[in-house]
Amino acid sequence: MNVVVCVKQIPDPTSPQSLDAEYHLNRSGKLILDEADTYGVEVALRLVEAAGVGEVSLVSMGDASDVTGIRSALALGAVRASIVSDVSLRGADALTTAKVLAAVIARETPDLIVCACESSDGYTGTLPVQLAQLLGLPAVTFATSVHVQGDQVVVHRQTEAGYDEVVADLPALVTVTAGVVEPRYATFKGIMAAKSRPITIVSVSDLGLDASRLDSRQDVLSIETSATRGAGEKYVDDGDGAARIVAFLEQIKVLAGSGS
Amino acid sequence: MSVSTIWVLVEPTGTGITTTSKELLSEARRLGATVSAVSWGTHGDDVALAVATCGAERLFDLGDIGDVVPADVVAPSVAALVRGEAPDALLIPASNDGRDIAGRLSALLDVPVLTNVTGLRDGDDLVTEHPIFGGSQTVLARSRAGAPSLIVVRAKSFVVRDDATAVATRVAVTLETTTRVATIRDRHIEERSGPALEDAAVVVSGGRGLGDAASYGLVEELARLLGGAPGASRAIVDAGWVPYSHQVGQTGKTVKPDLYIACGISGATQHMVGMKGATNIVAINKDPDAAIFAISDFGVVGDVRTVLPALIAALRARS
Repeated sequence: MNVVVCVKQIPDPTSPQSLDAEYHLNRSGKLILDEADTYGVEVALRLVEAAGVGEVSLVSMGDASDVTGIRSALALGAVRASIVSDVSLRGADALTTAKVLAAVIARETPDLIVCACESSDGYTGTLPVQLAQLLGLPAVTFATSVHVQGDQVVVHRQTEAGYDEVVADLPALVTVTAGVVEPRYATFKGIMAAKSRPITIVSVSDLGLDASRLDSRQDVLSIETSATRGAGEKYVDDGDGAARIVAFLEQIKVLAGSGS
Repeated sequence: MSVSTIWVLVEPTGTGITTTSKELLSEARRLGATVSAVSWGTHGDDVALAVATCGAERLFDLGDIGDVVPADVVAPSVAALVRGEAPDALLIPASNDGRDIAGRLSALLDVPVLTNVTGLRDGDDLVTEHPIFGGSQTVLARSRAGAPSLIVVRAKSFVVRDDATAVATRVAVTLETTTRVATIRDRHIEERSGPALEDAAVVVSGGRGLGDAASYGLVEELARLLGGAPGASRAIVDAGWVPYSHQVGQTGKTVKPDLYIACGISGATQHMVGMKGATNIVAINKDPDAAIFAISDFGVVGDVRTVLPALIAALRARS
């Protein structure tokens, strides 16, 4: 059971975010492993542990000058990582990223590819399925539970109304929600082991891809500041919070006025 | 008018079509385009009627797709159609299946996808509006990959206009697959009472500030007393306190109620994009600096576990 997990280093979402002059997300600050990816790493580790054989490896695309985030995923138990880092890929759209990741993954023969449903910085949410299509694989998205039975993956897939039990033959791709498993914490031993686990930095030409076919084909024309709704009244609850809310609900006529 | 033919991917509900599908058809019609719908399922007659009232002239009907996950068969079938018919744009609802169909179509047709779109502008090309940073700014974008532009649109972005009187011509489409497919073995439907979250006039949502799963009962009770629907932040859905169908936000439902009450929700970007369109927003949170207060019409800085029981008691006393 070999599982590849797609991971991404992103600017810390709890710090203020901004766009640079080219309308790209400012990534100059510290990068961290996208928290959404920790669930995929955990699912992959559990599937390999359950199978008793195989390994979890990581693939990523982005700036590789700081790989702290990738190391933190290796510390959980992934054995190696490949990062496609190439200045020509700056501002790549999701389809371009999917083409690049497909080329890296094609060098391995995973039984399963695991992705988050969407990244926490770009949140386009289309990359995993683009990747599956490029690799000719079945995909099951929005998984809240993932198990392997024989040569099939069995997934509970979130739906508007509840969930569907979905099966696909391996190899396949799944995207996992944050509710799928509780990620483990890195142990001291894991953190020490991660320091010596290989991280391979790959360029577009290493992958044999034609850079001219990888240009981003979405233009940002401009940015507008949206009309903001101003903050209204705010009170510190002094035992009268509920009464004040009732008065506000009367004012907006959700509740009939008192005495009426 | 530069965009003359727009197709809308219409999601069937079993007997009709989803509200978001109607919103997209209505917007395509407003833009002055010739509108065609693409759909699937066993109720093609009902779908044809529904798309016609929203202005579609044709329905490309894929028919019954059985138990295959929709994207695996809808995307390759639509890709083949698009190559023959060459529409200028394809609008797709931002649902789980919609996003998957868009992703596969993108790879099949080798065109990028514009996602999280909340508005369309017609200029020399179709320009898309994308809210970023919790909706504080809007990116205006455009594809230059050539037709069709693949545009994934969030729910509640447009108003439904279903007063057209024409009849849609139904065109049967042959199903195609290009990969091995995933199959649905069983469908689990959760029971819910009260108004649907996305249609409710009042939504009461709970977050981490509730402290524990049991306290979500306070949110449900307040929603019931106000004739509304209970919602949730992603944090407590991920924590397993409530099912995903309750989730409001970027990866959940978009709501635009008359009144939204946020209980113990800090106001992460992910949540705010799903509810900032509410007419009135009330927030209760212990943290006076919580981001939710910045968009609230009425805020109470306090513990939801004391404010909610008092509010419920006050409402019960009135009824």
